[in-house]
Amino acid sequence: MRAPVLEVKGVGFRYEDMAMEFDLAVSAGEFLALMGPSGSGKSTLLSLIAGFETPERGEILWEGRDITLLKPAERPLSIMFQDNNLFAHLDVRTNVALGIEPSARLGPKDEKRVAAALERVGLENLARRLPGELSGGERQRVALARMLVRRKPLLLLDEPFAALGPGLKKEMIALLKEIRRENGFTILLVTHDPNDARATAEQTAFMHDGRILAKRPTQEMFATTDIPELSDYLG
Amino acid sequence: MAQRHEPVNRRQGSTAAWVAAAGIAALAAVPVIALAASAGGDGGLTLGAPYIARVLRFTVLQATLSALIATALAIPLAHALAKRQRFPGRALLLKLFAVPLGLPQLVAVLGIIAVYGRQGILNDILAPVGTAEMPSVFGLQGILLAHVFFNLPLAVRFILTRLEAIPPENWRLAASLGFRSREVFRHLKWPHMRMTLPGVFALIFMLCITSFTVVLTLGGGPHATTLEVAIYQALRFDLDPALAARLAALQIALCAGLLLILQRFSMMVAMAPALRARAPRPDSGDRKGRLGDGLLILSGALFVALPIAGVVIDGLKADFLRLLGEPLLWRAAGFSLVIAVSAAGLATLAAAALASGIARSRGLKAQSLRITGNLVLLVPPLILAAGWFLILHRHLDPIALSPYAVVVINALMALPFALAVIEPSFRISFQMHDRLAASLGLEGLARFRLVEWPALRSSLALAALVAVLASLGEFGVIAFFGSQDLVTLPLLLYQRIGSYRFNDAAGIALLLLGLCLVLSWAIERRSPASLRTS
Amino acid sequence: MKRILLALVLAFAGLVPVHAQESLTIYTYESFVAEWGPGPKIKAAFEQECACTVNFVAIADGVAILNRLKLEKAESAADVVLGLDNNLVAEAKRLDLFAPHGLDASKHSAPDWRDDVFMPFDYGHFAFVYDSQAIKAPPRSLAELIDGDAPWKIIIQDPRTSTPGLGLLLWIKSVYGEKAAEAWRKLRPKILTVTPGWSEAYSLFTKGEAPMVLSYTTSPAYHLIEEKTDRYKAAEFAEGHYAQIEVAGIMKSSDHPELAKQFMRFMMGPKFQDVIPTTNWMWPAGETSKPLPKEFEQLIVPTRSLMFDPQTVAQNRRAWTDEWLNATSQ
Repeated sequence: MRAPVLEVKGVGFRYEDMAMEFDLAVSAGEFLALMGPSGSGKSTLLSLIAGFETPERGEILWEGRDITLLKPAERPLSIMFQDNNLFAHLDVRTNVALGIEPSARLGPKDEKRVAAALERVGLENLARRLPGELSGGERQRVALARMLVRRKPLLLLDEPFAALGPGLKKEMIALLKEIRRENGFTILLVTHDPNDARATAEQTAFMHDGRILAKRPTQEMFATTDIPELSDYLG
Repeated sequence: MAQRHEPVNRRQGSTAAWVAAAGIAALAAVPVIALAASAGGDGGLTLGAPYIARVLRFTVLQATLSALIATALAIPLAHALAKRQRFPGRALLLKLFAVPLGLPQLVAVLGIIAVYGRQGILNDILAPVGTAEMPSVFGLQGILLAHVFFNLPLAVRFILTRLEAIPPENWRLAASLGFRSREVFRHLKWPHMRMTLPGVFALIFMLCITSFTVVLTLGGGPHATTLEVAIYQALRFDLDPALAARLAALQIALCAGLLLILQRFSMMVAMAPALRARAPRPDSGDRKGRLGDGLLILSGALFVALPIAGVVIDGLKADFLRLLGEPLLWRAAGFSLVIAVSAAGLATLAAAALASGIARSRGLKAQSLRITGNLVLLVPPLILAAGWFLILHRHLDPIALSPYAVVVINALMALPFALAVIEPSFRISFQMHDRLAASLGLEGLARFRLVEWPALRSSLALAALVAVLASLGEFGVIAFFGSQDLVTLPLLLYQRIGSYRFNDAAGIALLLLGLCLVLSWAIERRSPASLRTS
Repeated sequence: MKRILLALVLAFAGLVPVHAQESLTIYTYESFVAEWGPGPKIKAAFEQECACTVNFVAIADGVAILNRLKLEKAESAADVVLGLDNNLVAEAKRLDLFAPHGLDASKHSAPDWRDDVFMPFDYGHFAFVYDSQAIKAPPRSLAELIDGDAPWKIIIQDPRTSTPGLGLLLWIKSVYGEKAAEAWRKLRPKILTVTPGWSEAYSLFTKGEAPMVLSYTTSPAYHLIEEKTDRYKAAEFAEGHYAQIEVAGIMKSSDHPELAKQFMRFMMGPKFQDVIPTTNWMWPAGETSKPLPKEFEQLIVPTRSLMFDPQTVAQNRRAWTDEWLNATSQ
């Protein structure tokens, strides 16, 4: 087993009346699916890693370095949500450019990077469009392009395919896998759909009630029978 | 392939909007036409008279300045309030911001005098310091001061509601992408503010166009005359309803033009359903910013609270033991409530119908719905009352009808307020849910109950509140119909002044103020927690 | 809470008007029927006498009453109209809606008035009321007010929107005639503001914004009687004071002409007139049963009463208002 690149150690967090406690280790280049019923703490775990929430105790390490108290922008990661990943009044090119420079004013070299990223996700012709003029799948691909230009090694994906139809979802997953191969990203994917996990992830963690109950290779996880919560969840 | 976001069921559900629009237009236009067609007065004054030109110039000047100042000041203030979600007194402050709208103009003028007047608080503070006296409040500066007092809180509430509706995901992205406060403003807040600013500006502009008591009382002389005064003059002293109707039409045309121009600056931000989650505020960080925001909020609070405090202090002089023992006072309070609540209900309903129609249409159709909803504000209540009276008095007993007429006219007056609050929310909700709702075959009332109502409850509540307050302070219409049984608080207040009972009047003003606060508290308590002002 | 509910219920109940069998409908102005006004007492007194119901319709003010009549014409529900003033009767007569009142047109104490259709029930004179704590030497004439160099300012009302405002316009016109515009130009710098109505002006005055306000000679009586203070006084002007005479008339279309006539007789008698001084704060025009309250003796009584005849006012009001506008607007 490779040395872990991301470690979540004894991270405790309380949201309303739910106490959560997370322990997780992810190795470099791993594609990890986070599964579990609604309210099991999947998105909260991503928020803690991303820095939107601060743990009450415990620490989060990246390559052995403590990043628990860093600002979101200082962490080595990019994040993508189910919706609202784009700023609605800015065109596609600018939304991607924000990944390089918050003012979105770029030099020619960076402009080329933006163009290349858009080409990579197949949206080179839509650079001037506003998000409202795109389909749901296209919007998510813009967000993906922005992750590309950001060049952060860790991608946090919070149910990014949930609003997409089966065809679009398949396309997105294929694209995501290619991009990961090309860039060596480490990926955490929150999903509800076992098929998503099967199609993408080497490893799957199952969460329940604010805890990570198990983390195993994906195939193994779906064959597991010793975790009653998982059996209930998969039905 | 890119697919443009096309509303799926554009025709369905906008029937209600067109019915509402037709009803509103008829209610407002029929009296104007009836009066315009009636026998004229001495014909001494025409639309082209230099007098009217002068009045028109001043009307536009003061309304433009008032709306510009109020909007410009509301932007930083709302911005600071959006950043500072938690400080003691925030909820109370926002409730206080609802008060000016519910005050009769005379009461607000007296509150302003209590602060900025010759014997006002500011001069009391300045006098011992030996500084020169405050500049007089009488003149254009006084008009602007009063108009900003009335409208700044309104504008702040509108802009703040919009800012608080920014999806948390966007805040998280901003944090993740390392936005500094400049970028947060440019990419997040400004686009959302821009969505509401043209509407806010237009509403304030129209309110100031129709301002009457403030303009004459604080204006300092007859050079400060608005079209509304000229209409009043034509209708009353010149006994020339035809001219009054023509002037009202001029006023309407003026503002319709403005609305069309502002339309070009309006922009819609498309949004998806938002997370229900807390989001980091990368803009709320440093101490310097906190101090600046604190000062800004404090000045805004003082600006609004001081005249209100003036009204309170004045009101405490009243003999409440006697006043509260008067059955008439309770009856007046009851009438005020019944009328304001019924009018607000009607106005909110009509605004909802219009807003859902606007959300579903584009271009000319959306614009004509919007303009219909807004322009009723410009038909002076007296014209509505006189026109309908002219048509109906032969067939119906006007006195028996008057309570209902008062409710309908107040509802028309409150409609633009309600519309300004809910229109953006309807547009967003429509964008978010329309396709899904259409795909599920949700239509009509079922759709409203399942889709729009849960999403829009809080803005409907705010709309209702604004409409209640807007009709609470109104009194001109009641006085027109005249019935000894029908007395509202503002009318009672004027009656007491008319019999030299200034302390009673001040006490009633205080009660009215209290009523505004109670209503503001009661209505907002019912809105979902996520948008509550705390 | 219960009281509020009760009030709401009462309010709803009040939405439905009650109709008695024999009723006299009287159009009058708002403040007349306010419970501090003369209305309630007069209604009670007359109902005792006539075994009928008095139904007041309270319309904002005299001008609004006239407008209402213009809209309704002969279909008006009014039997009696009470509260037009000397400046409105010419217009009212032109409507041809009123019948002769049948009383002795000379049996009243209002100045310079004799009319078969409109009978005066009270009268007063416009005057500048001042705060004696702020002004020690008030002007003794209109000329002194206009030409003097006193540092303080006055509050007046707008002739386009209010009765006292029109009163001052006519007052200055009656004293200065052709030179009225010049007089207004000289007065202009002394005017703090021009309010839409009496309520705003007098409120600002009592708040101390200006030490002098256009009101009535009878205003100090209120402060004397109700507030026990002689701080507020009316300045007596040597040129005389402009009169306001409030009148009532019977509608031709009345279904109860006899009852209406009975009311007019009642109006000129003590039961009506006794109420007027301390509720309407005007001088009674008919006969009272007892002397006026002693505080009325402290009021100034103009040596000259000024008044244009109604026809002249009706013909010139527009031109004179324009003259005023031009003189004060620049």
